[in-house]
Amino acid sequence: MKPTELRNLAIGAVLTVVAIAFPWIADGYWLSIATTAMMYIALSTSWALFSGPTHLIALSTGAFFGVGGYLVGTGMSDYDQTFWTMAIMAPVVAAFLALLIGLVTLRLSGVYFVIFTLGLAEMIRNLVSWVQNNFLGSRGLYVLTDFTEEHIYWMLLAVAVVVFLVGWWINRSRLGFALRILGNDEEVARHVGINTAWSKVVLFVTTGFFAALVGAIVAPRYSYIEPNVVFSPELSFMVVIMALLGGVHRLWGPLVGVVPFTLVWEAITISFPSSTTLLLGLTFLLIVYFIPNGLVGLVETIMRRVRK
Amino acid sequence: MDIIISGLLLGGTYALMAMGLNLQYGVARIMNLANGEMLVLGGLAAFWLFTVADLSPITTAVIVAPLAFGGNWLAYRYLLLPLVRRAKSQGQLEVDSILATFGMSFALVGIMVSIHGEYFTYSFLAEPFSILGSTVAQNRLVAFLVAVGIGAGLYYWLNHTYAGTAVRAVSVSTEAAGLVGINVDKISALAFAVGGAVTAVGGTLISTFITLDASIGVIFTMKALIIIIMGGVGDIRGAIIAALILGLVETAVATIVDPGLTLVAAYVIFLAVLLFRPQGLFGRRV
Repeated sequence: MKPTELRNLAIGAVLTVVAIAFPWIADGYWLSIATTAMMYIALSTSWALFSGPTHLIALSTGAFFGVGGYLVGTGMSDYDQTFWTMAIMAPVVAAFLALLIGLVTLRLSGVYFVIFTLGLAEMIRNLVSWVQNNFLGSRGLYVLTDFTEEHIYWMLLAVAVVVFLVGWWINRSRLGFALRILGNDEEVARHVGINTAWSKVVLFVTTGFFAALVGAIVAPRYSYIEPNVVFSPELSFMVVIMALLGGVHRLWGPLVGVVPFTLVWEAITISFPSSTTLLLGLTFLLIVYFIPNGLVGLVETIMRRVRK
Repeated sequence: MDIIISGLLLGGTYALMAMGLNLQYGVARIMNLANGEMLVLGGLAAFWLFTVADLSPITTAVIVAPLAFGGNWLAYRYLLLPLVRRAKSQGQLEVDSILATFGMSFALVGIMVSIHGEYFTYSFLAEPFSILGSTVAQNRLVAFLVAVGIGAGLYYWLNHTYAGTAVRAVSVSTEAAGLVGINVDKISALAFAVGGAVTAVGGTLISTFITLDASIGVIFTMKALIIIIMGGVGDIRGAIIAALILGLVETAVATIVDPGLTLVAAYVIFLAVLLFRPQGLFGRRV
């Protein structure tokens, strides 16, 4: 291991310890914000694992998140399963779904994939509502656990740490090397013998797995699950915007985006509850036109100029 | 029979919005995800002028067309052209334009919600009308006929005028079109603006028989994209046939199974196309 890598690991370890200790120093309000932020850190970082190197805008986070939450809900209320059984099952189901979607869409041009994921959450929501209304009887699902906000926070933190470790491992592995070539030029990647479609599918499955896991963990926070609540397309966009704000070319980029965005967004939803959609749109435009490489990219450019 | 008639009528209007997006994506190479919002904007204009000034949606369509043309031209010239110039590759442009048009789509939804947050309900020509033994509402038929008229006009414009030929040339190859003296930027802006205008007029027509609301645009964007991919990018004939198929299948599913499953039906078609004919109905493999 190189010294820089050791340094990064040490910084990561210190940050993790601070994050673990956070619930003991924060009150309920800040803990709830921190839990939301932790959820987005896990989601955005795992999103960037796929979308960073492949340059494909996956809008499926909401769909997989919903699958996770909904499976926990339906398993616990309808089939008397424990939370833990469902929390293990949900990401596996989502990973399988991601595999199917990936195999069909990722072999072809990237646009198909973006379009397919665009309405995926909405489509699954319609399907689930229909099944629920016609065959299961229409009722909401209760997720009753004795978890407190701290427990959910720590579980999300654990997921986030695992996502970071997976991302770090991918960067060091053959797959990571293949992906860097693929990200620069897909044509070249194919000619040097990289199975581009398969690499993309593997990463997409990873992303889907973690999104569903986060959805399953967050489910007890809602306590009452309805398809309309868990399959939210907005979530997909929030994840994309936070990751882009931070920058997707570094593993820790999304983290840099999530923390300020969650805080600002909290303030915005309190002060201007009726114009959040408009402001979300303007933020998108702002990022695309002025910080295309994210905050991390911006800082790196400035550093390079200063050094000259 | 009822299903076939109303399916075809619905498909005709879908064809209009798909043609609009097809011009924007096929020629200007912008995957415009704010296309559905342009459609809803057309619908909002029809609703608003109908309730405030008692104006018929057909008149509104005539007013909406030049406004949407101008608005889309400006959007292309000042928001999207910088992205085209900045992009180092087609892939980069695709990512940037997808993100930028997402931004626009959210901004438009936000603005429309603040204008009118509820459903755009009004009643125009809702009387029944009998055609080939089945009964449909007059507004569907009128919308279909206007859509056919615009479609025919567009077809003539593309195939029999100088500007239309230039548009087709740019859609084949931007570089080659530039070499033979076509101003690619100008033609792309033109195609983008015409596409936006056609979509907005489509929205005005659709609002006469489908109740829209400010945030429904993304569903229509999805449908337009599915139609384009089914028909083949840049292919007007393919788009029309694909739109009719989608209209028919959706109507069939809504009548026989459940109205809540129309999007699922659209997805099933999408999957089938991706699996069996990813190049579209008339497209050739490249």
